Amino acid sequence: MSTTPPTPEPQAVIDAEMARIRTEAEKAAADGAPEELQPRRDYPPYRSSVLRHPERPLVAAPEAFTELRGPVFGVTDVTELDSDLTRQHHGEPLGERIVVTGRVLDRDGRPVRGQLVEIWQANASGRYAHKRDQHPAPLDPNFTGTGRCLTDDEGRYTFTSIKPGAYPWRNHLNAWRPAHIHFSLFGTAFTQRLITQMYFPNDPLFPYDPIFNSITDERARQRLIATYDHDLSSPEWSLGYRWDIVLDGPSATCMEEGR
Amino acid sequence: MRPPTPSQTIGPFYGYALPFAGGGDLVPPGHPGAIIVHGAVLDGAGQPIPDALLEFWQADPAGGLTGAPGSMRRDPVTGSFAGRSGVGFTGFGRVAADADGHWTLRTLPPGPAAPGALPYISVCVFARGLLHHLYTRVYLEDTAGDPLLDSLDPDRRATLIARPEQDGTYRFDIRLQGGEETVFLDFG
Ligand SMILES: [Fe+2]
Repeated sequence: MSTTPPTPEPQAVIDAEMARIRTEAEKAAADGAPEELQPRRDYPPYRSSVLRHPERPLVAAPEAFTELRGPVFGVTDVTELDSDLTRQHHGEPLGERIVVTGRVLDRDGRPVRGQLVEIWQANASGRYAHKRDQHPAPLDPNFTGTGRCLTDDEGRYTFTSIKPGAYPWRNHLNAWRPAHIHFSLFGTAFTQRLITQMYFPNDPLFPYDPIFNSITDERARQRLIATYDHDLSSPEWSLGYRWDIVLDGPSATCMEEGR
Repeated sequence: MRPPTPSQTIGPFYGYALPFAGGGDLVPPGHPGAIIVHGAVLDGAGQPIPDALLEFWQADPAGGLTGAPGSMRRDPVTGSFAGRSGVGFTGFGRVAADADGHWTLRTLPPGPAAPGALPYISVCVFARGLLHHLYTRVYLEDTAGDPLLDSLDPDRRATLIARPEQDGTYRFDIRLQGGEETVFLDFG
């Protein structure tokens, strides 16, 4: 006897769940609940989160000698070509060439210097160079979609790439991810570790995406959307986006300065 | 204070971007004094999580937390990963869980990060389905005096203690949810 796979749920079911959670969150905020700066780990509209979030509250660490420091990366850990995702193959990738740049700061606004930034993304058609991605969109032999760099003395990173396409996934029927670039960042402390996704302005898919909307606070969601910056665009070459990043979490340097 | 940039899940497709060859080998096989710490990452139904990524950060055996660079040392000619140089201890490891949700770390035992402190390895957990990473700690021994361990009930405390197996090998499972849920930490 074979079992029939469950019928995927329509977008309307996910939309209703997201709307209910948002309404509750807005009411809680109006009643004085603390601002929700991070996504909810328990966010049922993102079905994969259901069995993958702790049910018990986090335990406040009484000391963090180890976590207030962090790993160190240096010039041996990156190569110069790593920050240009359009030059990693013999030919040019297809798509809209972009430059993404910004500063990495700590919560006191100080630049995070000399730290590792890693990115990965789909190609212009919305396909990852990953065996598990079975989206029937073309792979691009001239695009892998991974990059690395170290932040400079002002905390700045810069990548040249192509604009990633939106892509389908199987959270529910007709689920599509807004175009995004995955970012991984280190601060001076392990507590400042961040993996997130950068989105592009005015994406029509924002209201439908449970990963983006797992951040229930509108202002917090806006912090993941890059700004188109015409001054960063190069004539007859590329479009420019700016996205600054603030790392959460304390660090030994904050503590030593008494903050 | 500036509001932080929110986290988002690592998703399923980090595999060609983040893991690197030898990511879990802080010291090479056969290195004197090396220990193996290994285990599974499990979900709330007790099922392995094959698309979890773990990062480890620890003091060196003397308790030093300066962490040498070079965890992802590269070959300047080919751009491929060249492996750690073996000079200096980076204190950092990155391991993608395998198809069984299992991971292995080869390292040196951490020293106390402060005088008299119980040594531990800090762990950061990422996974598809996990919208914001989680921190926990691997303690290799269980003695009184650690302020975190001493604040926990015995069964919660036990989730942070690695179980010794044969010589120099320790088992540490990470349960994201459920009755034996691992203790996850908040640093404020
Ligand atoms: Fe993605």
